[in-house]
Amino acid sequence: MVTTFVILTIVTLVSAIAAMSLRNLVHCALCLVLTFAGLAAFYLQLNAQFVGFAQILVYVGAVAILIVFAMLLTRNVDSTRQAILSPSWGVGIVGALLVFGAIVLSILCSTMVHRPALSETQVTVLAIGEQLMTNYVLPLEVIALLLTAAMIGAVIIALHEPTSESSAVQNPRLEPSVPSVPNPAQVPRTDHP
Amino acid sequence: MFEAIDQIFVALKHWVVGQFPAAWQPLGSVFLSIIPILAVFPLLFAITTIVERKTLGRIQNRLGPNRVGPFGLLQPVADGLKSLTKEDIVPYAADQVVHFLAPIALIVPVLLAFSVLPVGRNMVPIDLDAGLLFFFAVGAGSELAVFMAGWSSRNKYSLLGAMRAIAQMVSYELPLILSSVTVVMLVGSLSTVKIVEAQGEAYGWLLKWHVFTPWGLAGFLLFMIAAAAESNRTPFDIPEGESEIIAGYLVEYSGFKFALFFLGEYLGLFAVSSLAITLFLGGWHAPFSFLEWIPSYLWFFGKLSAFIMLFIWLRGTLPRLRMDQLMNLAWKFMLPMCLINIVVAAMWHFTAHWQFVGAVLCRWLLCGAAIGVPYLWLGDALFGEKKLAKRTYRFAD
Amino acid sequence: MLGAGIIKGMAETARNFIGSYTEANLLVTVEYPEQRLPLKESMRNFPFLVFDGEDWQKGLRCVACQICEKECPPQCIFITKDAAKKPDYMGKLQFQPKVFDIDTSVCMSCQICVEVCPFEAIKMDTEFELSTDNRFGDLLLNKEQLARSNEHYHKIHPTEATEVDERLAGEKAKAEAKAKAAVAAAAAKPVLPPKPTAQ
Repeated sequence: MVTTFVILTIVTLVSAIAAMSLRNLVHCALCLVLTFAGLAAFYLQLNAQFVGFAQILVYVGAVAILIVFAMLLTRNVDSTRQAILSPSWGVGIVGALLVFGAIVLSILCSTMVHRPALSETQVTVLAIGEQLMTNYVLPLEVIALLLTAAMIGAVIIALHEPTSESSAVQNPRLEPSVPSVPNPAQVPRTDHP
Repeated sequence: MFEAIDQIFVALKHWVVGQFPAAWQPLGSVFLSIIPILAVFPLLFAITTIVERKTLGRIQNRLGPNRVGPFGLLQPVADGLKSLTKEDIVPYAADQVVHFLAPIALIVPVLLAFSVLPVGRNMVPIDLDAGLLFFFAVGAGSELAVFMAGWSSRNKYSLLGAMRAIAQMVSYELPLILSSVTVVMLVGSLSTVKIVEAQGEAYGWLLKWHVFTPWGLAGFLLFMIAAAAESNRTPFDIPEGESEIIAGYLVEYSGFKFALFFLGEYLGLFAVSSLAITLFLGGWHAPFSFLEWIPSYLWFFGKLSAFIMLFIWLRGTLPRLRMDQLMNLAWKFMLPMCLINIVVAAMWHFTAHWQFVGAVLCRWLLCGAAIGVPYLWLGDALFGEKKLAKRTYRFAD
Repeated sequence: MLGAGIIKGMAETARNFIGSYTEANLLVTVEYPEQRLPLKESMRNFPFLVFDGEDWQKGLRCVACQICEKECPPQCIFITKDAAKKPDYMGKLQFQPKVFDIDTSVCMSCQICVEVCPFEAIKMDTEFELSTDNRFGDLLLNKEQLARSNEHYHKIHPTEATEVDERLAGEKAKAEAKAKAAVAAAAAKPVLPPKPTAQ
């Protein structure tokens, strides 16, 4: 068990560091995927099947894909000339250490560390589902609402600007009844000889 | 007697594991679960290639391959030898490491997916509590492999192919999962074994397969469309699109790596087909209770063969979709239908206690209308006959 | 209804699939090396040299006039005249080719050599399985490889060959008649009164 943990830790940490420090953006993204997978393996090692697989499905299947898709759609920024560390790296390290210390402190002060360790249990998906639908239904609904709002916002941003059609009509070279650029999907088809 | 034949492979495995020293038994059991998967499904792939080429040939009034061996049946062997002996070319500008890893990243998740599919009674490598989720989670890995292949080749066609593949797979993963959510709702478990067991009960002589319910039928059809898109089968093969972007993300692959991609694609097809069988077509159950004496694995592989034939038939029939048609189908048709189907499944569940005469018929009509009317309306609104105007030429006249 | 077209299309492909086993017109494949379609009479591929009789060297109609060599658009014919003459089908002494090569890798099967030949000596063959494993030597066909009997010509292009034979026979008959007339004239000559000499 310990060996597995050590291997997983090394893989996760090394890939996380690589994700930060590699020059090539796509390599960074792929290393990030490995980090996600390592985290999922941690969950699986803790007998949390549902969380582990959900981690893979969401992070590897969706988040990583979103990242690489964004990379494909944007111009390739040549970042090889920049230094890996930003000029204010000293401040950054101090900040990181402070945050880390705060988290460690709060964990040590919390009652969690004094709780007796749980015996190894296999939490079924059914139990998780029941908890989500009874005790935690309000947080679930709030998250659902948040995500819906985000989606509606995305749709509104992606909607066509209504001004584009009127500008096409104003083009003096074209007859007003004809759309300026015929969409290939809408071009009427006839059986012309 | 019938039970012995049905359980012959399980008994064989137990016997072989029993021969191992006690300390090695868990490991031996794992190996004996893995080896059949690695043997049977690639063999099925080899058979599928020749059957596909023969069938497509017959559909197009040709003979298909008939030169290697009797009736060309040894064609897969020749193909395999060819791909093994071919030179493995890696483009000079390619990202060597990612280019090398991509086929592996495709084949490993696909093989993993088979570990939760029950191919017969008591014949499942691992019965995970979150088996269905595991299947979709490892399936997500194949998208990344396609991206790796397309990006690392440093070829504009392969990059285009990768973009198309990612867009398509992300779009169709949603209907795929949403259509299987109905099954999870009604069965109350994510375990594939439990889902199959739930379809084992019978109304008289007809088994309770999910496809025999209105939500199951609709879910099955939606699942099949999404599965065809997920496995890049015609009519959803635009990521490869030989006539447009030569072979998409496969352009720069040759020799054995290409064969691995090919294998991965077909294994993915078998995996989603097996999942469709598991979710909707009763897994390894016979359709009628009086046919249960036929061994369960024969039922499963029979159904899988029927699915493969159906996909070949579709490939011989349908032309490739255009990118915008693909996206329209996924987001404007499949997604709403899947959401409606979830509501219909809930309706079916909450009318289950109806006891009066003709209750089943009544439920069928109610739920069928609830899914059928939106289907007709949405289909007509989105893909109905468009009135085509007479073509006018602006500059030619 | 959405999906009706797919079902219609699948019915059509199923009909073709089953029909390929049951109906002859739905499986049109000819398995070439084993099965062959009869060749069309008008088919042509590469030229050959016609000879009459049994011996190709004696009967070759070609008189090495080199018209075809000059007319050949891709210039794939190479002819060298022989010093010795031999009688042609009319018994007239003619030149003959010492070398007559056609480079089939260059030939474009245009049939211009056939059209220009005044001696009906070069015709188009129907043979098409000419592939070889040596692209430098074996595609350059020499006189011997090009020679085909008139019977062969009759076999592949019967109508055309009959016409040619008739024409040649007609010419020969005309020539013979002319010769006969000449002989007759020569015989009749002494009968004629001698030309009055100028006085």
